[in-house]
Amino acid sequence: MPSPCRASLLIVALLAGGCDQMRNDPRGHPLPETPPLVSTVLSPVRADPRAADYQNNAFQVSNGQLYYHWMNCTGCHSEGGGGIGPSLMDVNWRYGSTMEDVVQSISNGRPNGMPAFGGKMTAAQIWQTAAYVRSLSQHVPQSIRSGRSEGLSVGEPSTLRDPHPYRAVTPKQDEATVK
Amino acid sequence: MRRLAPLVALLALGGCHGQQAVLGGGGRDDALFGGLWQIFLIVTIVFYLVVLAGLTWAVLRRREGGEAVVRTTFYIWVGVVSLTLVGLSIASWLVDRTMNRAAHTGLTVEITAHQWWWDVRYISPGHPDQTLRTSNELHLPVGVPVQVILNSADVIHSFWIPNISGKQDLIPGRNNDIVITPTRVGIYRSQCAEYCGLQHAHMAFDVTIEPLATFQQWWGDGLLPARAPATPEQKAGYAYVTTRECATCHNISGTPATGKVAPDLTHFASRATIGAGTFPMNRGHLYAWLADPQRAKPGNKMPEIGLEPDQLHAVAAYLESLK
Repeated sequence: MPSPCRASLLIVALLAGGCDQMRNDPRGHPLPETPPLVSTVLSPVRADPRAADYQNNAFQVSNGQLYYHWMNCTGCHSEGGGGIGPSLMDVNWRYGSTMEDVVQSISNGRPNGMPAFGGKMTAAQIWQTAAYVRSLSQHVPQSIRSGRSEGLSVGEPSTLRDPHPYRAVTPKQDEATVK
Repeated sequence: MRRLAPLVALLALGGCHGQQAVLGGGGRDDALFGGLWQIFLIVTIVFYLVVLAGLTWAVLRRREGGEAVVRTTFYIWVGVVSLTLVGLSIASWLVDRTMNRAAHTGLTVEITAHQWWWDVRYISPGHPDQTLRTSNELHLPVGVPVQVILNSADVIHSFWIPNISGKQDLIPGRNNDIVITPTRVGIYRSQCAEYCGLQHAHMAFDVTIEPLATFQQWWGDGLLPARAPATPEQKAGYAYVTTRECATCHNISGTPATGKVAPDLTHFASRATIGAGTFPMNRGHLYAWLADPQRAKPGNKMPEIGLEPDQLHAVAAYLESLK
């Protein structure tokens, strides 16, 4: 006759067998949250002669800034600090930080939430946006960046602003706002 | 003065007729502004002549008179100029006050200026479902005081319908307003009156002043969703416009195109112009605009899409059907 202790172990083991059914996995194997940095998993994109034209031109970068706001990139990436989406102010990016890689990311989207804008924006707009995104992390010469945004904004010019993390307010201020 | 009269009349003739008459003629406050304008004109002409006469006198008879004469003349001159300037300021202030006193308004319109087009919203207080959004056109009922709320999305612009007196700046981050009362039925042209960049000259819109019933009819029609595409070509255009680049920025009510950063296209073909008063609405200009907007109006925010010929035909056919 089995002891009560052994019986309970048996029951737990039986229950654990049902755990697999509860796994919510609509896409098969989910991609790891932080895949290795680019080029080891993805084949490197071919260098594009247009890259230099876009990222070394203040007009293109400031237009990119306009689209960055119009297309609601701020919704996930904030003003570069990240939030729902990853930060755009650090140096190494999951899917590559060259112009070509960023254009690919914007055009075709990336796993875990980045939507595809190819066909929704023209190629030139995507290149401009990529140039601006790269300027957030100082991949682009800072003299190119416009101090004045194309849209209306209050506060310091972006070229004078310290790159700061997404959470700009302290918890105390947060409470005050709620009240 | 009598000799000057024809000259003045000649100057004024420039603004007499047409869609864009600088001296008004279609608004309630025209007489006030016209009077103010005439006062300023006459005063400045008189002073111009006095200054010329004084200069001539000084050149011809420079050695006569002593310091006392110069001093007396100087004091008199300063006094006259100061008094006149004060008088002109008071006149200007009085006219301005009179215009702003029209507190009872029958209609509120919100206009947001962009580089280089106008976003127009008709507000019906208490009935948000009656809010009508349109772009680059303004319909107003005749004889009803209209409050126009003015804002800007980028730089300073200025709202001015020359035929209806009154002008007010649109300043980013601030709500300005102006009350105008159109008194004459017609189609006028409004023009941005503050230099706002490359295409400032091409930042205009048509103002249709119509009887109240016609206006209400127009508002009601404007609230209807866009017409469904009928021909195969229009359907192909609909498919492109609502799924590709166009829909990202433009709104067409009743379709998946819900962009908010560019002019509303719901009843695009019912407007008289393309590109904020840049071109008359016709097939040729529509094709030119769609094929290469940067050639049609350099610097505007619409990018070159690079439409293939069959796509161009389809998109144009669909847009033309949006009456």
